[in-house]
Amino acid sequence: MNAGALATFDLFGGALTVARREIRDQMRDWRILIPIILLTLFFPALMNFTARQAVEFVGRYGAPLIGERLIPFLLMVVGFFPVSISLVIALESFAGERERLSLEPLLATPLTEGQLYLGKMLASLAPPLAASYLGISVYLIGLAIQIGWRPPGMLLAQVVLLTTAQALVMVSGAVVISLQTTSVRAANLLASFIILPVSQLIIGESLIMFWGRYTILWWVVLALTVIGVVLGRMGLHLFNREEVLGREFDVLRLRSGWDYFWHAFRQGAKNPLDWYRGLFRGTLARLWPSVAILAAALVAAYLLGGRMASEFRLPPEILELDRLDRDALGSLAEYGFLSGQGWLWVLSNNLRAMAAATLLGCFSFGVLAVILLMAPVGIVGYFAGNMALAGQDVGRFLAALVLPHAVLEIPAALVGGAAILQLGLAAISPPQGRSLGQNLLLALAEWARLFLGLVVPLLAGAAALEVFVTPRIALLLLNGM
Amino acid sequence: MDLIRTNDLTKQFDGFTAVDGVTLAVGAGEILALLGPNGAGKTTTIRMLTSILRPTRGTAEVGGFDTQRNPVGVRRSVGLLTEHHGLYTRMRPLDYLQFFGKVYGMTPDQIRARVRELAARYDLEWAFGRRLGEFSKGMRQKLALVRALLHDPPVLLLDEPTSAMDPASARTVREGIAALRSAKRAIVVCTHNLPEAEMLADRIAIIHRGRIVAHGTPAELKKVLLGDPIMELRLARSLDGAVGLLPEGIDLLASGPDWIRYRTARPEKVNPELLGALAAAGVPVVTLSEVHRSLEDVYLQVVAGQEGAAERAV
Repeated sequence: MNAGALATFDLFGGALTVARREIRDQMRDWRILIPIILLTLFFPALMNFTARQAVEFVGRYGAPLIGERLIPFLLMVVGFFPVSISLVIALESFAGERERLSLEPLLATPLTEGQLYLGKMLASLAPPLAASYLGISVYLIGLAIQIGWRPPGMLLAQVVLLTTAQALVMVSGAVVISLQTTSVRAANLLASFIILPVSQLIIGESLIMFWGRYTILWWVVLALTVIGVVLGRMGLHLFNREEVLGREFDVLRLRSGWDYFWHAFRQGAKNPLDWYRGLFRGTLARLWPSVAILAAALVAAYLLGGRMASEFRLPPEILELDRLDRDALGSLAEYGFLSGQGWLWVLSNNLRAMAAATLLGCFSFGVLAVILLMAPVGIVGYFAGNMALAGQDVGRFLAALVLPHAVLEIPAALVGGAAILQLGLAAISPPQGRSLGQNLLLALAEWARLFLGLVVPLLAGAAALEVFVTPRIALLLLNGM
Repeated sequence: MDLIRTNDLTKQFDGFTAVDGVTLAVGAGEILALLGPNGAGKTTTIRMLTSILRPTRGTAEVGGFDTQRNPVGVRRSVGLLTEHHGLYTRMRPLDYLQFFGKVYGMTPDQIRARVRELAARYDLEWAFGRRLGEFSKGMRQKLALVRALLHDPPVLLLDEPTSAMDPASARTVREGIAALRSAKRAIVVCTHNLPEAEMLADRIAIIHRGRIVAHGTPAELKKVLLGDPIMELRLARSLDGAVGLLPEGIDLLASGPDWIRYRTARPEKVNPELLGALAAAGVPVVTLSEVHRSLEDVYLQVVAGQEGAAERAV
């Protein structure tokens, strides 16, 4: 054994060795090779034909715009199709080796976790991406020859980067799935977690391209890159030899899962008072970083809403709050305010919003939950901005219509949002010695503790204030009644 | 010098104890057979020794490296042959071995030289033009053995090397393993094949439900677990009064018209005395030999004892 060679066998050296072997292996598999060849050479030619026919057809009816939009769209499609193969390869990466029993000899080598993981990623990315770039080239060359169309440099850069980012996201996600399954069949079943969002993404990108707002694509590229990096980090964090070889992922152990959840939920409390003490001293204390992120997001939403007011102004006459009179109380009562039924309606509405935020947060590392919670604050900011532009007293508006119930509602949003954020982030980085499932159960227990102990009571209180107190304070402050 | 040393090595999975307090030492030049039924904890032990699994409790040192503190050092020192060959069947042998050689930090020249040497030793040269998928089971396992030996590791861990193989292939692989005995190498063979363990190992550790329940050389195990050696004496005529010639310290187990079977703690003293007495009495002796007791008897006795103990505990 050569010690010098071993010393220089660094992260990329090892990863490239793994990747080279895998790629050579893929190139011997006709099930991978044939789709790549078809999608690289024949599919772009077909798209060339489609583009030419479409341009000629719409040109005849004086709608060249459709042709102008169709050609870049087909460019994106030509780039995406070969990349979709990366999903198959990546899903197979660990699960396939485990199934073929070839993983253990590989895990017994001095390759580090990073080298193995990166090697697998590169092997899943490189051939489909190369095929994709080749397909794009074939399509563009064909178009240049047939109709003399050349893409603007910016559009070409966007499509190439978009294709790369999509491949990165799919491969990162598929490798994570592959790590968490013991068979290719199970990995394929779980692949819908990637296929469905990606298909939605492609529909969205298509709309953007037909709409002609190409600048939005830069944001899509950025978002995809961030998701790809997060998923990549998550996979690297989840990848350790023990988990990959020693754990039986496919078996659902409801009993032990419930025990784990219940233990984390109870935290050894002997009675409800003890449980509440633990909630404030332990769970809330751990929540501060997420609460700070949420607070910053809500402030940003308020400011953004205020800024939007100058772009989309409301007619000043609808903002004249001084016109409220005592009859308004009667109108509010008609809408269910000032009654138990109204309280129930507001509370259930807020709980539904929190449930939706939790669901969205679980599938988006908490991001969509934060955006959802930012929305009402943004709307308040938007109205406050309009008030300011209309020369109204913003402080009076907030004190009358928002603050009375916001005193409880905002803490509920902060704590609830932070709990959802932690739940969403739990998938990214389970600590050493804890599996992904255990970390998710632990985060779910924390979420349940916070919601049951704080968020729901706070929202119930906020709903009571909103229904019974806010209308009266509003009349008092706005009309002196 | 011990190349493998474990102390109280324990592994639990979700509350199930797969390996329970295993303490072992295997020195250079030694072959240890880890003998046990399926699910006894052999593979889990091997995986802890290759730093693939972290022990829940206890420590292990392999090739002078701690399995938890220096897993890369451990893996460099170990050659692993898994129960299933785990080959990439679309590759050719040379490509396959070159990949593993690179992973172990060998230069292309080193790989070439080593592959040539090992391929000749295991009679695989003729098959180097084929893909691994075209290899027979025995050839695949031999190639996996070459893979494990490629970087000339001081520690070899062989997990069920001949399981699910036909007798001819198993024999080929077994002979290959026997040829690996070297003064600078420690070998652990996990098996549930008793003749294989007896043929290959200097020492045997019987593992049952994660615990080492018996440990020693085959002879020691037989002695401890089956008692003193049993001798069988056959005469050319009927015994008549020959039984009266038996020296003291002999435990007569059985007898026939012209034979007796006895147990003795000191055959080296008792047998010459007996033969002398018989010769003096003019009794012609046909044979005096030790009754063969197989490792299977030892193993079944140990396992049956453990099962009984477990049932009693329940």
